[in-house]
Amino acid sequence: MKKFRADLHIHTVLSPCGDLGMSPDVIIARAKEMQLDIIGITDHNSTRQCRVVKELGEISGIFVLSGSEVTTKEEVHCLAFFETDKQLFDFQGFLDKHLPDIPNDVNRFGHQVAVDAENNISFTEERILTSALNKSIDQVEAEVHRLNGLFIPAHIDKTRFSVIGQLGFLPPDLKVDALEISPFCRQDEFLSRHPVLRNFTFVSGSDAHYPEQIGKRVTVFELRHPGFREIREAMHATGPWRTEIIN
Amino acid sequence: MDVSELVTRLGLIVIGGEKGLDREITGGYTSDLLSDVMGHARSGSVWITLQTHKNVMAIASLKELSAIVLVKGYQPEADMLVQSNIEGIPVLGTEEEAFEISGKIYKHLNG
Repeated sequence: MKKFRADLHIHTVLSPCGDLGMSPDVIIARAKEMQLDIIGITDHNSTRQCRVVKELGEISGIFVLSGSEVTTKEEVHCLAFFETDKQLFDFQGFLDKHLPDIPNDVNRFGHQVAVDAENNISFTEERILTSALNKSIDQVEAEVHRLNGLFIPAHIDKTRFSVIGQLGFLPPDLKVDALEISPFCRQDEFLSRHPVLRNFTFVSGSDAHYPEQIGKRVTVFELRHPGFREIREAMHATGPWRTEIIN
Repeated sequence: MDVSELVTRLGLIVIGGEKGLDREITGGYTSDLLSDVMGHARSGSVWITLQTHKNVMAIASLKELSAIVLVKGYQPEADMLVQSNIEGIPVLGTEEEAFEISGKIYKHLNG
């Protein structure tokens, strides 16, 4: 088993709040610089920038978890990751179907573009990506798991846009693969306030919107090789695979 | 005022939890952040919200709220409705927005 450094929460140019400098090449270069082995691509309610980042990651030896930071009907942010292109594509269909038709105001919220490996704009999302899907957290969780994905309620220590903020507590029957805490939250401190959650696996990432934020929070995975299934095993901690947040 | 009287006065729809219609209403609280309700709503309040998750019922029960009013024609998730009937805490419905219905409830409770 070896240790692999992961930052599982990174936005790209596609997120309206993501810096236009967050292009796939810059993200991979910065991930290299920060000695990351695994990165998660998590734009708001879209997966459309994942493929190019993944392709560049393969060239540079960085394993890219393709996914999204989904906003549920209750305005809870949840990370979702998928193993195959087909599953990612199907989930994109789910997002497209359930994202409300509210036009993005570029001047107010920012650009929502995906780019190719040469940074040419390949796609513009016209609907505002930061609104809430018309699907409940339970329905999103069911869809993610139907597609064999990973479902991780995001930054659950925050007072807003977190499952605990929006819904008061983690619904006991919600099937989560892990829980994410925000980049400046200490796991031991959080658990002292929420001892009932002590048996869950915790991950944390930078929630980077700017290149310099990438790798500012790291989760270490003990795996044989970086890969989707081993990462899931590590989150479920059923075998020798492990995770640990380092501050 | 009990829940059934509020239902009659404001023409609310009883969606679930009928056996709690005689619960006494002593105040109101309007919020869609469940953590906020958990921290600040007083017992006996009617809770005005657009949230339809099952956790709404758990918090209503914990805080001993009298009833929940779902605004804008929202319907509870199926498991929220089940819980409403088990707990006997009525879930009421209105087509109105939170601002309007909160104002009317305030008037009836303080009029």
